[in-house]
Amino acid sequence: MLRFAVRRLMQLVPILLGLSILLFFWVRALPGGPAVALLGERATPEKIAQINRLYGLDRPWYEQYLSFLERAVQLNFGSSIRTQRPVTEEFLRLFPATVELSLAAGIFAVGLGIPLGYLAARRHTTLLDNVSVTGSLIGVTVPVFFLGYLLRYAFAVKLGWLPATGRQDSREFLDAVHPTGFYVLDGIITGNPAAAWDAAKHLILPGIALGTIPLAIITRITRASVLDVVHEDYVRTAEAKGLLKRTITRRHVLRNAMLPVITVTGLQVGLLLSGAVLTETVFAFDGVGRFLNLAISNRDFSVIQGFILIIAVIVVVVNLLVDIAYGLVDPRVRAR
Amino acid sequence: MTAPHELGAAADPRTAMVLAGAEEGGSLGRDAWRRLRRDPAAVVGFVLVVLFVAVAVLAPWLAPYGPTDTPGQGTVTPTNIPGPSAEHWMGLDNLGRDELSRVLYGARQSLIIGVVSLLLGATVGILLGLLAGAFGGWVDNIVMRVVDMMLAVPQLLFAIAVAAMLGQSLTSVMIAIGVTNVPVFARILRGSMLAQRGSDYALAATSLGVRRRFVVLRHVLPNSLSPVIVQGTLALATAIIDAAGLSFLGLSGSDPGVPEWGRMLSETQRFLASAFHLAVFPGLAIVFAALGFTLLGESLREALDPKYRR
Repeated sequence: MLRFAVRRLMQLVPILLGLSILLFFWVRALPGGPAVALLGERATPEKIAQINRLYGLDRPWYEQYLSFLERAVQLNFGSSIRTQRPVTEEFLRLFPATVELSLAAGIFAVGLGIPLGYLAARRHTTLLDNVSVTGSLIGVTVPVFFLGYLLRYAFAVKLGWLPATGRQDSREFLDAVHPTGFYVLDGIITGNPAAAWDAAKHLILPGIALGTIPLAIITRITRASVLDVVHEDYVRTAEAKGLLKRTITRRHVLRNAMLPVITVTGLQVGLLLSGAVLTETVFAFDGVGRFLNLAISNRDFSVIQGFILIIAVIVVVVNLLVDIAYGLVDPRVRAR
Repeated sequence: MTAPHELGAAADPRTAMVLAGAEEGGSLGRDAWRRLRRDPAAVVGFVLVVLFVAVAVLAPWLAPYGPTDTPGQGTVTPTNIPGPSAEHWMGLDNLGRDELSRVLYGARQSLIIGVVSLLLGATVGILLGLLAGAFGGWVDNIVMRVVDMMLAVPQLLFAIAVAAMLGQSLTSVMIAIGVTNVPVFARILRGSMLAQRGSDYALAATSLGVRRRFVVLRHVLPNSLSPVIVQGTLALATAIIDAAGLSFLGLSGSDPGVPEWGRMLSETQRFLASAFHLAVFPGLAIVFAALGFTLLGESLREALDPKYRR
């Protein structure tokens, strides 16, 4: 098992190196080069020359790349043009919000998708099955931001059941303290359950909007996987042995059917983090995605570069962890 | 799949190959067509796709107004944006333009972005996949590591990075989505070619002394293309959704003469409470266009994949 984990870790090195090369050249390909990107509208020939000297942009490209790598390893991506604060600091400030939102979306997708997919497979070719198949096909074609609008309009504007935007009602919870940045958790640990409940309510609509595509994917894969497994010989053998239906379901069907579901669920992390850019914009949710959107409209390239690299690294690492977890659950994977 | 003994029956191996290929292609195609016609999902998908393409091509004739005409000028104020009526089926937008006309014209942008980005992504991806699949060894290794790296970044973020680099315009959006399609096509074609290279007919051709280039280009490649065709159809759906997403984020720039569904949605954000119709129609247009290609792609996959022939 350790060898498997180490081997998978080693595969990470070329991917991360490649990503750094890609982003290194990305900044150099920006219109006007990195100096203009850094200075924005304040760029004058003198200032550009000054920045080029300061950041060693007049040196050969391989020397530049090495120093870029050195800074990237230290998570030093410069400062945001808009807020004048270090990119990494901004990311760390906003990341808990995005994690909280992604978790809400993930709970919605997994909590609903697995039972729905399982039931659809067990009631194969019935109405429920057809509805789940059609629903998951439509689910992947509804853009996150459109669904966000629909939800906002129905449940916030028309019905007024849930808040339309933001992370917490700032008028009501002006004095709420946020030691961790995870608002729901903060409410609980600071003994302010009303604040926690308010933060949780703010997560419902964006969580559903962000979680719908993963929900569709997880439902489909669970259904397909359960359908595959129930026709396996070992299930028939178990039935022939006269095992209880419940035991067969738990020990033989679910355990085997869940393997592809774990992988696919792990792969949704990338989808959640990138979908957050759109969802957070629709719901004015103050997280990494919304900040990235503002960076795009302000041509804040240090933020775009830093945020995308950090998110990519997170996605790659999470996928690796999922792979290792998969190896733990299924001994056959380790042998490969 | 053609059995090896049939190949040996013809005197000239090349003739045998061509015959076998034609026969197999024909029957596979006919079989797939028969399956598609019987599949209600495929029919719905096909109708949606035809409708979408027809609207895109015929927009100037179908639309009652031009995309920048303002028939509602004077009647529209920020607080009073009329919804659907007999005169304006989808209502007016905040500048007094006819929403139906703009949605119809918007189909053009989505179709152009979809097709161009698909062509770009598929061409480069197929070339890379062909390189990896045909040569194997270190070429395969290098190509696949680059592909892995590109796949490591979530597709939408990757597209954002590329589009941001190229500047805000529809062209940037097309290129960005095209680039993100490259690794997918490369990987699919390579995988499919590797599977076909080991198949009986390829081994038979090689052992009969047919040159490798000929085997790869004439036999392995055409037989490896069906997953690529399926992916192409599905990629059109993703391209339409992603293009709308990038436009929503402001990456397609702003050109009032060229309505784009994602941009239309983004522009209505301020009027969500007072003019909800401005969000519904472009949104539904995206859903129907993407659904058409998704249904068609999924049905094609089922029709072309032998695994589904039970």
